[in-house]
Amino acid sequence: MNPEELEQLATDARAARDQSPHSLNVCMAAGCLTLRSQEVKSALEEEVKRAGAPCRVRGVGCLGLCSQGPLVTRDPGELLYKNVTPGDAPVIVASLDAPPVPRLVCSREQPFFLRQLRIVTENSGRIDPEKVEEYIAVGGYEALLACLTEKTPPQIVQEVSKSGLRGRGGAGYPTGLKWGTVAKSSGARKYVICNADECDPGAFMDRSVLESDPHRVLEGMIIAACAVGASRGYIYIRAEYPLAVKRFTAAIRDARRLGFLGSQICNTQFSFDVDVRIGGGAFVCGEETALISSIEGKRGTPRPRPPYPAQSGLWGMPTLINNVETFANIPAILRRGPESFASLGTPKSKGTKVFALSGKIRNVGLIEVPMGMTLRQIIFEIGGGVPEGRQFKAVQTGGPSGGCIPGKFLDLPVDYESLREVGSIMGSGGMIVMDDSACMVNVARYFMEFCMSESCGKCIPCRAGTAQMHELLTRMTDGSATLRDLQLLEELCDMVRNTSLCGLGQSAPNPVLSTLRYFRDEYLEHIERKRCPAGVCPCAAPAEVPA
Amino acid sequence: MSLTVKKPSLPSEDKRWRIVSGTMRRHGFSRDALIETLHTVQKSFGYLDKTSLRFVAESLRVPLSQAYGVATFYHLFTMKPPGKHVCLICMGTACFIKGASNLLETAEGALGVKSGETTPDLNASLTTARCIGSCSLAPAVVLDGDTIGNLDPSALRKHLESWKPA
Repeated sequence: MNPEELEQLATDARAARDQSPHSLNVCMAAGCLTLRSQEVKSALEEEVKRAGAPCRVRGVGCLGLCSQGPLVTRDPGELLYKNVTPGDAPVIVASLDAPPVPRLVCSREQPFFLRQLRIVTENSGRIDPEKVEEYIAVGGYEALLACLTEKTPPQIVQEVSKSGLRGRGGAGYPTGLKWGTVAKSSGARKYVICNADECDPGAFMDRSVLESDPHRVLEGMIIAACAVGASRGYIYIRAEYPLAVKRFTAAIRDARRLGFLGSQICNTQFSFDVDVRIGGGAFVCGEETALISSIEGKRGTPRPRPPYPAQSGLWGMPTLINNVETFANIPAILRRGPESFASLGTPKSKGTKVFALSGKIRNVGLIEVPMGMTLRQIIFEIGGGVPEGRQFKAVQTGGPSGGCIPGKFLDLPVDYESLREVGSIMGSGGMIVMDDSACMVNVARYFMEFCMSESCGKCIPCRAGTAQMHELLTRMTDGSATLRDLQLLEELCDMVRNTSLCGLGQSAPNPVLSTLRYFRDEYLEHIERKRCPAGVCPCAAPAEVPA
Repeated sequence: MSLTVKKPSLPSEDKRWRIVSGTMRRHGFSRDALIETLHTVQKSFGYLDKTSLRFVAESLRVPLSQAYGVATFYHLFTMKPPGKHVCLICMGTACFIKGASNLLETAEGALGVKSGETTPDLNASLTTARCIGSCSLAPAVVLDGDTIGNLDPSALRKHLESWKPA
């Protein structure tokens, strides 16, 4: 494969795409599939065949507004239909040349779509994730070829550094710096690992990217391997995402067929191949050293760092580990230039971030916005606010490692630093909105239960500390706690945070600390008056006078 | 001196062992294929037992203790045969906020077992998941592999009661 051949492939793919004047695109990502979008697609296909309409029916990736699925778009015109049922197929096909079916139309002129800026998800909903040709038609693998033929590895690392991209897995370590470290480390072999073990409850960004645009992630991995000199790659996907596994496996197969993977890629000296590894349902495996253990076929327990995986990772070799979204940013950065990426976002957090909006919010779905947008804009403009006339109470970011942010910080710009300042973290991008029917003590208990059962048991602070904290929180929710328990809880938070081995334990107290910071009165209410203000907890009523 | 280790023979005539063996062969019988192989065993047999752990451990030349350790460490592996029907309740944050605990209580009541257990007649298993990533449908439940969203307790009860053997 050389640049001319790639261009030819792209031209052919575009010609094939433009052959039929109309196209109906059915969302085939997890959310809509659950709502039977496969049946909608079959019905549309049958109807097109029956009516002999000049129209293609395609399966595409996530269209974003998951709560209104199944979603279908009509081209040309990018018209969006929502809540489509198989029974709607005849009217949709009959009106291909006519004005759209009014009862199904979902306006694109609403803040949910207008306020977004899509880089990572630019192809999502526009291409068929199972056809590599469609990815090539929109400029796919151009960046890889340019890297192989025009740039040296140090130049690639430099461009990534210049873009200001930071790890999208949550911690926000500068990606260019990590790549540079791996490139400089010496080892007989080097590895590239894509962390797709998205275990934060309430986060489904990586799933959507893998299901909607798998080649983008693969291209990012190949470029990374070229930049750091790796010869072998792994992608570690959760077993709970069978569709993502299937599509990524197909993407690897297609890339091998076209010569983007294998030996002497595109007639250069560079050889690289990728294997899929399936997780076993352990939250701790999102931690990089635990993930490495798991790929080695062992229990997913972390080990102390340093040495960091960049120096000694998989089988003791220098290993680059990045998150799905980080890799998905790479092709866009290299194709459009690092400056254009760096012009987005805030001074310290560049580019865009994909968030999964869920919980008590009108527009549940997947969004991508520039860094620095405020929580208010995300939740109330894009998300449409809290439904059923209830009051916004808090938004939880960062999963079990993050915290709850109360209403007074709604005007906070979303970037790595600001979120950390208020006691939460960016995390991988789950945003769960809670209304006044949520009890914050109960939420803290929920996350502690999560950390307790997901603790791998290797280090004592995390193994025993999370269990003790869970016990204390349970006492608060059932009304048997005292003020001494609250003090003990705070002491334990401090101890577990400072002495645990890995990120799981170090961040386990975050949900407790942040709720204690902003909703202390709720804790006191549970302890002193044995009352749950939200009416969720089974707090014992104040001791009643026996009859 | 030759160090070739004789591969253990298949535990029985059951064709599914060949599928398991195929997975190991595809990974060149390397030790790091342990998790992949156990996935195959579980997919083929529904659960892991002593025979399969011993067979896989011997074939890949890993200590049986390591195979057992891995099998018990990861939540997805089970050492108990699952029921004919499986009810999985998502306990992710979005589902939790929207009342997944009520669903779990309902299911426990309807099936008469706790989460992680199977009814004595092996008819139904009840499990929970950390998050199935279907947050747009919260609260979500997976019944025999079909994800069903926005479920209320009474609808769930009706579903589960339809599983009861006549």
